[in-house]
Amino acid sequence: MVGHGASGMLGEDGIHVDMNHLKSGEVNMAINFKDGVILGADSRTTTGAYIANRVTDKLTQVHDTIWCCRSGSAADTQAVADIVSYHLNMYSITNNEAPSTQVAASLFQELCYENKDMLSAGIIIAGYDPRHGGQVYSIPLGGSLHKQPYSIGGSGSTYIYGYCDANWKENMTEEEGINFVRGALREAIKWDGSSGGVIRLVVLTAKGAQRHLYLPDTDYTGPGFTN
Amino acid sequence: MTSIGTGYDLSNSVFSPDGRNFQVEYAAKAVENGGTAIGIRCKDGVVLAVEKIITSKLLKPGANKRIATVDRHVGIVSAGLVPDGRHFVSRARDEAASWRSVYKGPIPVSALSNRLGSYVQAYTLYSSVRPFGVTAIVGGWDSEAELAVDGQVGSGPKSGSGGKVDGARAGGPGLYMIEPSGLYWGYYGAATGKGRQAAKAELEKLDLSSGNLSLVDAVKEAARIIYVAHEDSKDKDFELEMSWISSLDGPTHGRHEEVPKQLLEEAEKAAKRSLEGEDEEEEEVAKDGPNQGERMEE
Repeated sequence: MVGHGASGMLGEDGIHVDMNHLKSGEVNMAINFKDGVILGADSRTTTGAYIANRVTDKLTQVHDTIWCCRSGSAADTQAVADIVSYHLNMYSITNNEAPSTQVAASLFQELCYENKDMLSAGIIIAGYDPRHGGQVYSIPLGGSLHKQPYSIGGSGSTYIYGYCDANWKENMTEEEGINFVRGALREAIKWDGSSGGVIRLVVLTAKGAQRHLYLPDTDYTGPGFTN
Repeated sequence: MTSIGTGYDLSNSVFSPDGRNFQVEYAAKAVENGGTAIGIRCKDGVVLAVEKIITSKLLKPGANKRIATVDRHVGIVSAGLVPDGRHFVSRARDEAASWRSVYKGPIPVSALSNRLGSYVQAYTLYSSVRPFGVTAIVGGWDSEAELAVDGQVGSGPKSGSGGKVDGARAGGPGLYMIEPSGLYWGYYGAATGKGRQAAKAELEKLDLSSGNLSLVDAVKEAARIIYVAHEDSKDKDFELEMSWISSLDGPTHGRHEEVPKQLLEEAEKAAKRSLEGEDEEEEEVAKDGPNQGERMEE
């Protein structure tokens, strides 16, 4: 750190990445649809102006069908997701049943609220379970918990409030849902300088988790379903 | 007792050569002398009942409760040493509160029973403590509704969540009995204390696993069973205390509450009547059966 001024500056030896200020998740979202939920995010991780990773995976699995979108400090959100993942794993072992999305949301909230002074983490939790169906929860900076029909987050989300409000419908089909998320993220990437790279999606239904990928060289139209 | 003089009954956590822990067995003996406590689990709720022997005429009737509420949806009744029961309930309340603070919702009855079982078992492991002198019956109702996370804002899509599977497991009644060893099982009907044998015999007749008994009928059966179990210690006066937990659309809305005075009195009246009826039947049979004296023997 010695000899460097603001974070993310170039050092004498070339590129210096200040891990304390790695920001991930400049745009991400999750929505409810007819059969479950869909999560989506861009793939840009930055350190100031430097793109530290252009193919980041910000969609993180914390249980079989409970995932989250991480935004804010990469280190903080990874640590929080790891801790929640551990607790959900213990929950399913000790209680002999998979945790509900509510359980995951309350664990995330407890960590984010009790440690708000030390964290910069904005997290969207989306999960599916047979009893409650798909659910989307959002935990913004202070650690409050919001259950929403759909949720958008990250700096890039400011550019797509209008798009989402105009195009959102309840009970969309899977195809409509994917198109909605992909369309919104493409706009955010287009207008927001700190969003970019590829678009990653996860579709959570009774069938489990399915990943999708959309690349910039095809204007985010493909290849689509990947696993 | 054959073990007298062997020394294996002096300390907790010490096994005898044939693999027994006498301190735990003595604790079970303390339970066997306590007032009878029972629990009945039916489709739409759970009933708890206890026979309180009146040890002094100076005790105020209706005060001195023996059934405790642990969380809104869970109640506990115990037989054995009353102060041990109180400590047990206190621990149960701590566990329920701790669950709420982490998971922002009510603790499932199964999870609470599991934690209490572990707690009781730990008191059989150390020479510095003695096992619990109680057998506790834990009854509760796991909400069948979709519960929100405590403190959450908003409620998701207006049309409801997508992809729900019809008939996915959702709540219901729970009844568990925890013994001084830490052993616990789930039950349709549970009984402990002095009159447990008679009470168990009556509970088995109810065919609880078929799910045909309604909650209100279970209240009446519970009262009757406590009265039946009291027959062997008829010389002592007792008071009946009962509580219940119904489904969300039932009389208590998923909460653990005292059985209302009117229903309690009704159930008690019916219990007394059925006992008197039995006596009369026996007398009648005795009158017209010439060899009755022999037939009645068992």
